Amino acid sequence: MIGGPVSYANLYETPGPRGARRNRVLAGVIALVLLGLAYVTYVRFDAKEQWAAGKWTPLLRPEVWTTFILPGLAGTLAAAVAGVVLAGLFGLVFATARLSDHRWIRWPASAVVEFFRAVPLLLLIFFAFFGSYVFTGANISAFTAVVFGLTFYNGSVIAEIIRAGVLSLPRGQAEAAHAIGLRKGQVMRLVLLPQAFRAMMPAVISQFVVLLKDSALGLIVGYDELVDRGLNGIAANFSNVIPAAILIAAIFIGINLSLDRLAHWLSRPSGDRPRGRAAWPRTYRATTPPSSPP
Amino acid sequence: MFGRSLYAVFAVVALTATATACGGGQDTYDSVVDKAKNDKKLVIGVKADQPGLGLRTPDGGFSGFDIEVAKYVAKSLGVEAKDITFKETVSANREAFLQQGQVDMVVATYSITDARKQKVSFAGPYFVAGQDLLVRADDTALTGPDTLNGKKLCSVAGSTPAQKVKESYAKQVQLQEERTYSACVDRVLGGQLDAITTDNVILAGYAAQHTGKLKLVGKPFSTEKYGIGLKKDDSAGRKAVNEALTTMFADGSWKKALESSFGGAGFTVPEAPKLEQY
Amino acid sequence: MDALLLEWDTVVAAFWMTVRLTAVSALGSLVLGTLLTAMRVAPLATLRRTAGVYVAVARNTPLTLVLLFTGLGVGANLGVELSSDIATNNFWLACIGLTAYTSAFVCEALRAGINTVPVGQAEAARSLGLGFLQTLGLITLPQAFRAVIAPLGGILIALTKNTTIALVVGVSEASVRMREMIETYGDQVMQIFLGFAAGFVLLCLPMGLLFGWLSRRLAVAR
Repeated sequence: MIGGPVSYANLYETPGPRGARRNRVLAGVIALVLLGLAYVTYVRFDAKEQWAAGKWTPLLRPEVWTTFILPGLAGTLAAAVAGVVLAGLFGLVFATARLSDHRWIRWPASAVVEFFRAVPLLLLIFFAFFGSYVFTGANISAFTAVVFGLTFYNGSVIAEIIRAGVLSLPRGQAEAAHAIGLRKGQVMRLVLLPQAFRAMMPAVISQFVVLLKDSALGLIVGYDELVDRGLNGIAANFSNVIPAAILIAAIFIGINLSLDRLAHWLSRPSGDRPRGRAAWPRTYRATTPPSSPP
Repeated sequence: MFGRSLYAVFAVVALTATATACGGGQDTYDSVVDKAKNDKKLVIGVKADQPGLGLRTPDGGFSGFDIEVAKYVAKSLGVEAKDITFKETVSANREAFLQQGQVDMVVATYSITDARKQKVSFAGPYFVAGQDLLVRADDTALTGPDTLNGKKLCSVAGSTPAQKVKESYAKQVQLQEERTYSACVDRVLGGQLDAITTDNVILAGYAAQHTGKLKLVGKPFSTEKYGIGLKKDDSAGRKAVNEALTTMFADGSWKKALESSFGGAGFTVPEAPKLEQY
Repeated sequence: MDALLLEWDTVVAAFWMTVRLTAVSALGSLVLGTLLTAMRVAPLATLRRTAGVYVAVARNTPLTLVLLFTGLGVGANLGVELSSDIATNNFWLACIGLTAYTSAFVCEALRAGINTVPVGQAEAARSLGLGFLQTLGLITLPQAFRAVIAPLGGILIALTKNTTIALVVGVSEASVRMREMIETYGDQVMQIFLGFAAGFVLLCLPMGLLFGWLSRRLAVAR
């Protein structure tokens, strides 16, 4: 929810007394329908004993947290942090390469980025994990395989975000930088990239949310992350797949919402930032936050 | 200098990450016997999600029949239980862990097959399992693999047993692949699927977890010899481990370990297996 | 290329599954995403909040877990059975999971699209006497759609790649087959990987080009 609350109230008239009454009735009906759905879910899950105390109380035991959830969380975060750093680096390098004046740099870089944008992460992880023996003569760890996939997959997306950010900057920025005698590399490094970074920070952070969620795919190669160690570990002991999955999902949602908050905070207009153009015509929000694909 | 410092931060963190990822070299040794004698420590690869065999328990330890066997063997090699580090292995990485020396020994429902013998050495077998079915306790119709026609059978992804049932016993069986046996159990208990298939001891662990709700059909239709995986060509290790197993069979600890791991599962302890000499 | 040629039928079947999953889920996500967007800007606070919570939950949960909930939660525990044939049932459950996840992203994109529509448009519509649904359906949403063609294309490409995670509910698509083939033909890992990767490039690259072209063609000139 980047960008905070925006009111769309001008899409409809402020209701009069009759309209307000009708809205209240409608709201009540909708609430009833939702409650009905929740009730059906509750009853059906209850019939399968999913709410049995024996399945939920283990989740409160401290040793369940220290043995399964916290080590799993550490694994998830380790893969995510390594992935963020390496994907950021990959994105930086390939965005710069794609913006190069030289065709022989630009084209291969474009090919690499487009390739990794099209290949599913799961395929990359499988390739690294099962294929490494053929190429290097050694099997790589599940951690390396997961980070490999996260880096190339998300790195190529981040490269595109950064490139779009640089391209969206007013032309005058580069021209002015050249005019004061900066070399090409300096223009990019000192003038364009820092500004692009700030403009694109929300999109980059959304991509990091994607990356964090994607690290859950590590379970496919037995990497000790939140789903494998947490969910499967707990479920093997207490046979409570659904309750454990609800808990693990809640943890992911909590972390990701905090990251969203961070993105929102970073995207606040700052005084020294050059605004591309005046906010005209008047829209619901002056700037549209760039959204990143799932 | 926003740009420069950013690059510096990226570079430093990237280097650290790479260094951490590549760190941790392994000692080299000729035989697991030497390693046990010199270091008085062993790293043993086990399963972490199979009740009754190898299960990571909430207290952080491991429990199950495989664990008992591992402890017994380690002890006779001169390593106390407290000096064993159990490391989780999954089916996909057992050979890799042995080859790279990430573990010294694998005791993880590891079937002895000719394909695997190319990559690792096996001691044992310490148990002969057989493919079987796990069904709801009130199910009287399912008595064997050939009664599965029109039924729904669950197995874990990447395992061949379910395919075998379809090919050799019941052509009209419907197969469901799950990530874990826990998910299979949930589905069978919920009535959506009818049976789970894999090795009988693995199933016995779940039957013990759900006494009165799930039962083992008890007619194994294959033989799986569980061996202890060692580094390839470690013949000294094989000999020592086989000796340990022989005493374990003889002194009753083998039977006791089985009974304590699968108590209440309707599981009868079989004869101790014959060790393979090769 | 031996492995790919030998198993050509399997590879084609795997990608056919990918295409079917993508097509059904894309359609579902577009419908549900539009509905969620309408709910998020609706006059009723109940609707706004419901949609808001739904989007926050769906887009912040790993797809692996979303699919686990559809397979085990909706399928096994709610007892929703869409077909007595397991494979068909799993296919539909996978589509439900992919739709539930992707529609949250469609909703976010569309809402961003609404943000680009000048406020005067809705005000003018209301002054003509149009109600909420008419304003939204005839004036605001069509312009919003045209503004977010490119992001929607990105979401479609992501959805195509995400269908590989349907293996969590037991659907045999490209990733399952690739893994099996790597295990059978261990010496041809590179060829197998490149073959499957090429399949996805062939699916995704035209989508990217098409949506780029569409977004330029349909852009609202302001």
